[in-house]
Amino acid sequence: MIASIPYWGASLLRVLGGIVAVLLPAGTIVYLFLFKMMSFMQSRLGPMEAGPYGSMQLFAEVGKFLQKEDLSPDGADKRIFKMAPLIVLASTFLLIAVVPFGPDAWFTNFEAGVFYMLAVSSISVLGILMAGWSSANKYSLLGGLRAAGQLIAYELPMVLAVIGVVIQAESMNLNTIIARQNGDSIFGFSWLGNPYVITQFVGFVVFMIAVQAELTQPPFDMPIAESELVAGYMTEYSGFRFLIFFIAEFATAGVFALIASALFLGGWGVPFQWFGWDNLGEVANWMNFAGPFIMLTKMMLLSFIIMWVRFSYPRFREDQLQRFAWKALIPISLVNIMVTAILKVAF
Amino acid sequence: MTMLGDRQQLAYIAAQAADARVNVELETEGMTLNIGPQHPATHGTLRIIARLDGEQVVWAEPSAGYMHRGYEKLTEVRTFPQVTTLINRIDWLGSFANEVPFILAAEKLMEVEAPPRAQYIRTILFELSRIANVSLFLGDLGVQLGAVTPVFLAFRDREYVLNLIESATGGRFHPNFDRIGGLKDDLPKGFIDETKAVMKKLRTFCDTMEDLLFGNEIFQTRTRGIGVIPKDVALSYGLSGANLRASGVDWDLRRDQSLPMAWNKAEWKVWTHPDGDSFARCWIRLQEVREATKIVDQLIDTMPAGPVMAKVPRIIKVPEGEAWVSTENPLGEMGYYVVSKGDTGPFRVKIRSASFNNVSITPWVLKGVFVPDIITVLASLYFILGDIDR
Amino acid sequence: MVRVSDVIAEIPGDLLREGFVADLRRHLGDAVEDHVLKPGDDLWVRVATSSWKAAGDAVKAMGFDYFCFLSAIDWMPSPFGKGEDDPTAPPPERDDTIRQGYAGGSTRFQVFARVSSSRHKVGITLKVDVPESMVVDSWIAVYAGANWHEREAHEMFGIGFAGHNDLRNMYLPMEFEGHPLRKDFPLLARMVKPWPGIVDVEPLPGVASDEEDAS
Repeated sequence: MIASIPYWGASLLRVLGGIVAVLLPAGTIVYLFLFKMMSFMQSRLGPMEAGPYGSMQLFAEVGKFLQKEDLSPDGADKRIFKMAPLIVLASTFLLIAVVPFGPDAWFTNFEAGVFYMLAVSSISVLGILMAGWSSANKYSLLGGLRAAGQLIAYELPMVLAVIGVVIQAESMNLNTIIARQNGDSIFGFSWLGNPYVITQFVGFVVFMIAVQAELTQPPFDMPIAESELVAGYMTEYSGFRFLIFFIAEFATAGVFALIASALFLGGWGVPFQWFGWDNLGEVANWMNFAGPFIMLTKMMLLSFIIMWVRFSYPRFREDQLQRFAWKALIPISLVNIMVTAILKVAF
Repeated sequence: MTMLGDRQQLAYIAAQAADARVNVELETEGMTLNIGPQHPATHGTLRIIARLDGEQVVWAEPSAGYMHRGYEKLTEVRTFPQVTTLINRIDWLGSFANEVPFILAAEKLMEVEAPPRAQYIRTILFELSRIANVSLFLGDLGVQLGAVTPVFLAFRDREYVLNLIESATGGRFHPNFDRIGGLKDDLPKGFIDETKAVMKKLRTFCDTMEDLLFGNEIFQTRTRGIGVIPKDVALSYGLSGANLRASGVDWDLRRDQSLPMAWNKAEWKVWTHPDGDSFARCWIRLQEVREATKIVDQLIDTMPAGPVMAKVPRIIKVPEGEAWVSTENPLGEMGYYVVSKGDTGPFRVKIRSASFNNVSITPWVLKGVFVPDIITVLASLYFILGDIDR
Repeated sequence: MVRVSDVIAEIPGDLLREGFVADLRRHLGDAVEDHVLKPGDDLWVRVATSSWKAAGDAVKAMGFDYFCFLSAIDWMPSPFGKGEDDPTAPPPERDDTIRQGYAGGSTRFQVFARVSSSRHKVGITLKVDVPESMVVDSWIAVYAGANWHEREAHEMFGIGFAGHNDLRNMYLPMEFEGHPLRKDFPLLARMVKPWPGIVDVEPLPGVASDEEDAS
């Protein structure tokens, strides 16, 4: 089907699809979880004025941010100050390129998709550091430095957690991983497929914790730490630039949730056994249309967990955070890899 | 020509010397961070100047006075009943409690005692303002540490207490209800049942806070062992209230002195903690809210009937003398040293507020802690700006 | 085993406080100039100016480990009264004799401090005359908490504390001139508009024109 559309049409579809795939989860997460779920958990209603049940609040906020004055501090390094938010957002768009939404509905089909994904997710660290340094503000500098330390420290557990999945799926291609999850069987029982959340449970938990830290969400939000650093590396940003940081934060949350559902929950598919398919080639064409919806549902589930933890926990101190990553998460994920490798060879 | 040459030479030598210095001692100078006066974490306009080495505090100094209103000077031109309106606003979260020690000091000088019913009602309102004040502390504690949910629950449940205070006195935050010789009015109809219902709700709130916040492992790691204040340091700085009891000193001014109030008519416990760290201070305040609900319940049940105002002249002239009364306010020990010259107004009032002493220990306790711990320690010491600055 | 301190704790209030006075006299001798004891209530002791710090050491040795507060009193009656004088009339005659309070004294300014015993749960108020030089000893070496209190007393009354090396202003800006809590420092709000103030009530528009017509 893709072959019948001219190249420019396919590229246009990909670009539009990419933008939707990044912004739609961001918007949904912000409205559903940030505005409404957090409010209900805190015994209040949240935004109710803009639109029915406050559904237009997001557009109102975007409009508000867009019409603000473009401020930048006097002592700031203007060029880097302006570039920093764009780099953080760019890393999100780079990430979505590798997430498949159906057997044929993908943006790119990298054989080393997982490798690419892990590498590209570190680009946001650069943006945060740039924001912290160029703001000419001590609070921002503190926030930026904390962020650098934290984000780099939590890259490792993320990488190590994913290796278990790669060992089991025998491939770094995300589409293959999804196909393996839905096509395989657990000890001969194939009705559920083989979602790696069951066999790689330890890896799943480590991955979700590392994702929480990569997003600088509480309990790992030292870089932002509202009660100490005002807004950390984002202190001096207002208006459109702050909006980009804001969108980037929630879009990255959505994209990481998509990746986690691809790696652990079986992605766009349902167990092939339900429809009698045997491998990726046999999957029906309608899956290309149903896939995104299934993916969205799984993403909502995972981002619900991320947001729920965000609203409940106080934050770690910087050194406790680092200690947790280096002394707890990394050893656990190393053991996980070892056990996975042994079991893979044994069975 | 020679002068220019000399100056140029001097500049060159100075530049060389500067280079040499940089090369020899690659010392990074610390960063001076200004926390406040406008900052999300300080309970008002407190400014803390901290010199940091990386993330560790080398030296920290609070700079108070952004809210100084000159109360001690203002009391000298007011009559005794007018002073009550003024001192309401010192600790504005538990405001009825501010009026009580001053009224008791004036009554001591006049040798007048409020009737028993007034004493009971005073104690009940005192404990209600303690609950209002400390429940906000519990919510605020969460926000300082990053947990955004407890503060909403705290404000929600605090509204019930404020409604109670408003139904009795007419004001949520500044009741101005205490009078020399008794109270302005009796309690409204339905107060007793309403109070019992609210106390039940507050006990549920305390249990929720214990689960949500105190039981959380991250909260424990953030507060245990942080900002330890040993007993003798606490005493020599004049720390009071929960801060002192958290360092192991068993001293509660409600139990340990005999004032014409009704605390000795109820059964309640004084909590102490041996650790002296931030967790101890926060935990003791949680228990104190529970004890306060118990006191209110017991006093509401056993309140005697009778008048609420003793016989005092219409224009109050307090005889000459000096009196000191201090009570166990929500923030600590608050006292008034009243000097009267037989006039309608005081000659000098020295207001001893708890937060002034509590914050003065900050330079001592903040040496060597990390930046996030500054916030934790300040949150656990718990001060109100109006109390520091008067 | 019965300890002396337990027995003392059982003694009713006034014997306890009389014991404190006796102890102080033992420590300071003649420096204890006067005292007022209200049985069961409170104790005020005035000490000589030269023994202020020694008095602090003495009470700390006697077990008064809790530092409550330290401040000063200006015994001169305010020349502005209560700020209720009519600015158009000449200032009224006022009694300006300086009369000290409990435990006497002979100077216009007195520094007073309160310390308590965490053991016996009672307190003692110590007073001292401030000499012409306006300097008394600092208690900062005895009680660490005296630091801020002495800064405030210095700022508000102009009393110097020998031995306190950091007498910066507590509340007021560094360039502030004058010492606000002295009685001869006027309360500016009352100078600008004396209390209750000239009550200027504008008549309602209709009423004013009626009155004008009537007159």
